[in-house]
Amino acid sequence: MAEVEINAVSKAFGKTQALSDLSLTIGDGEFVALLGPTGAGKTTALRLIAGLEQPDSGSIRIDGRDVTGDAPADRDVAFVFQQYSLYPHLTVFENMAFALRAPTRRVPEADIRVKVQEVARLLHIETKLDNKATQLSGGQMQRVAIGRALVRSPSIYLMDEPLSSLDAKLRGELRLELKRIQVDLGATILYVTHDQTEAMTMASRIGVLEGGRLMQIGSPREIYENPINAHVAARLGQPTINLLPAALFGGAPAGAETIGARTEHLTIARGGGDVSATVKRVEHLGDQSHLHLDVAGRPVVTLADPETGFGAGDVVSLRLNKPLFFDARGWRVAA
Amino acid sequence: MTSATTAHSVVEPSITTRRFAGSLVVLYAVITMIPLVWIMLTAFKSPDDAISYPPKVMFKPSLEGFCNLFTTRSRQTPEFIRSLGPPQGLCDSIARSRNMVVAGPSNYVPRFINSLIIAFGSTVLAVALGTLSAYGFSRFRVPLKDDLLFFILSTRMMPPIAVAIPIYLMYRTIGLSDTRLGMILLYTSVNVSLAVWLLKGFIDEIPREYEEAAMIDGYTRFQAFVKVVLPQATTGIAATAIFCLIFAWNEYAFAVLLTSGNAQTAPPFIPIIIGEGGQDWPAVAAGTTLFLVPIVVFTVLLRKHLLRGITFGAVRK
Ligand SMILES: Nc1ncnc2c1ncn2[C@@H]1O[C@H](COP(=O)(O)OP(=O)(O)O)[C@@H](O)[C@H]1O
Ligand SMILES: [Mg+2]
Repeated sequence: MAEVEINAVSKAFGKTQALSDLSLTIGDGEFVALLGPTGAGKTTALRLIAGLEQPDSGSIRIDGRDVTGDAPADRDVAFVFQQYSLYPHLTVFENMAFALRAPTRRVPEADIRVKVQEVARLLHIETKLDNKATQLSGGQMQRVAIGRALVRSPSIYLMDEPLSSLDAKLRGELRLELKRIQVDLGATILYVTHDQTEAMTMASRIGVLEGGRLMQIGSPREIYENPINAHVAARLGQPTINLLPAALFGGAPAGAETIGARTEHLTIARGGGDVSATVKRVEHLGDQSHLHLDVAGRPVVTLADPETGFGAGDVVSLRLNKPLFFDARGWRVAA
Repeated sequence: MTSATTAHSVVEPSITTRRFAGSLVVLYAVITMIPLVWIMLTAFKSPDDAISYPPKVMFKPSLEGFCNLFTTRSRQTPEFIRSLGPPQGLCDSIARSRNMVVAGPSNYVPRFINSLIIAFGSTVLAVALGTLSAYGFSRFRVPLKDDLLFFILSTRMMPPIAVAIPIYLMYRTIGLSDTRLGMILLYTSVNVSLAVWLLKGFIDEIPREYEEAAMIDGYTRFQAFVKVVLPQATTGIAATAIFCLIFAWNEYAFAVLLTSGNAQTAPPFIPIIIGEGGQDWPAVAAGTTLFLVPIVVFTVLLRKHLLRGITFGAVRK
C-alpha cells in the first residue's frame, strides 16, 4: 500500500474534455470515493492512474515515484472494471490466479493456491473455484472480479463502479463486505461510483466530480453539510436538496439568490403560516414518507413521519431552519 | 444481465413451417450428397461396372481403382506373366488378371503430400499473419486504417487467375516456379486478405478491457494477446482456417500453371490418372475420395470451436 498523488492531470478525447486539472492525493490506507454522474470523467481518472491512458498534462506519483510515463504493468495497481470483469475461458480459480501467474511475478504455484483460497473464503466463493466463470450469478461474478484484484497487494486498488450492475440487496451486502475487507487489509482504494450511498458509507473522503472537474473533496459529513455549490449539494442527500428562490422566504443573506433546503432544514406544521404550501402527493416508503409539496408553484420534496398523517390537498406552513444559501451562479453564500 | 440482441423472430414457427423447412434442408442435403456418394461408389467399382449403362447401384466391390491409383503398371504377354513367380500382393494379382504387372508406385502419394504441405503451410501462415494484423487494426490507431483495410480487401476483388501470367513470369525469374515454398507464398497472399477481414470482425468483438486487465496485472501486451485474446478468438480462427484450407486445398488453376514435376499438388494430378491406360474412372474416383478426407477430418476436428459461437456470458453489456 502506498500514497498516490495526482497532480493537475488533464485528458481530452478529441473535442471532449474528459478530465480537467484533477489534483488529488489518496493517503496510504485511505478509502477515497469519486462521486459523479455518467460522463463525469470517473473512469477516465482511474484509467489515467492505471496507465491505460496517457494524460495530456500533469503527473501521477505512486509511493513518491513518478509513474506518468510507465506501462500499466510497472505501476503496481489493481483494477476492478465496471464490466467485462472475468475471462470466460477460464475457471474461477484461474481467473483469480491470473495476476499471480504473470510471468514477471514468479509466484510459486503452491503460494498461488493458498492465496486464492484465502481470498475466496473472504468473499464467500470458496465452493465456486472450479466453476467456469460463465456459470456464476451476477453477484458471484462481481465477487470474483473483486477477488481477482484482492489476491494482489498493490499500491492501490482502483475500482470502477464494481457494484453498479447488481441488484439493491446484493449491492448493500457487498458494500458492507468490501468496507470490512478494506479495513482488515488496510488497503488503499480509489472507488468510483455514481451512487451516493456507496460513497457516503464506505469512503473516508469523497471527491465530487462533475463535467471532468473535481468540485469538492472532503469527508462525507463535510460534503453533505458544507457543499461549496449547488451541484455538490444536489449530489448528496435523499430526497435531493430543494433549490428555491431566496425571495420566497425572508432573511436570506446579501447576494443569496437560491435557498437550498434539505429535509432537516424544513419544519412543517399544519395550517397556513408565513410561507404556505399545499401537499400534492404522499409516497409511503414504510418507515418514512416522501411529501411532495407545492410552494408558490415550485415543487418541494421532503421526508415526513408517516404518523403525521398528511394527505393530498392539506395546507401546511413551512419554516426554514439554517438552510444553505447559493448566489446566482450556484456558489455557496455564508449564512 | 441482458442477452445479446439476436435476429430470432419472436413468434415460434408452426409445426407445418418447421416440417417444411426441415424437408427443404434434407432435400438440399440429398442433392448435394448424390455426386459425392456416386464418386465414392465408383471408387470401389471395377472399370467395367463404372462405365456400364444403365449405371449400377449394386455391384461387386473391387479395390482395382485404389490399386491403379497408387501404382503404375506395364502390359506384358501372358507367357511372360506366367514365367513370373507368385503375385506380390493384391494389386499385383489384379494387374496380372488384366495382363499387366505392377511397375512401381504412382505419383499420387507425393502429389498428395505436396497438397498437404502447401495447403496446411499456407493456411497456418495466412491465419497467423491475419490474426496479428487483425489485432493491430482492431486495437491500435493505424494511420490510413480504413484505406489500408480497403486495399487489403480489394486484392480479392479480381479473380486471382487474372494475375496468373505476371506471377508465372515473376516466379520463373526468381526461381519459385514449381516449388512448395512458391505455392505456399502464393496461397498465403490470396488468403491473407480474407483472414484479416474475418478475424478483425471476431477480435473487434472481444472487449479490450480483457487485455487491459491483463496488462495491469503484470502481463505485456503480447502475453495478454496470447493468454486472453487468442483463447477467445478460437471460434474465429477455426472458421478462418477452414476457409483458407478449403481454398488452398482445392486450388487448381495456379497449380496447373506453376507446378509440374516437383511441387505439383493433387488437383492437377488426379485428372491425369485417367489417361494412364484408358478410361480409368475408378482410379480417378478413388483419388478424389481420398482427396476429400483431410478437409472432412479438419472440419470435424474444429467443429466444436465452430459451433461454440462467441462466448457471451461472463460479459455483461
Ligand atoms: N476513449 C474515449 N474516446 C472518446 N471519448 C471518451 C473516451 N473515453 C471517455 N470519453 C468521454 O469522456 C467523458 C468522460 O467519460 P468517462 O470517464 O467514461 O465518464 P464516467 O466514467 O464518469 O461515466 C465522456 O464524455 C466520454 O464520452
Ligand atoms: Mg465509467
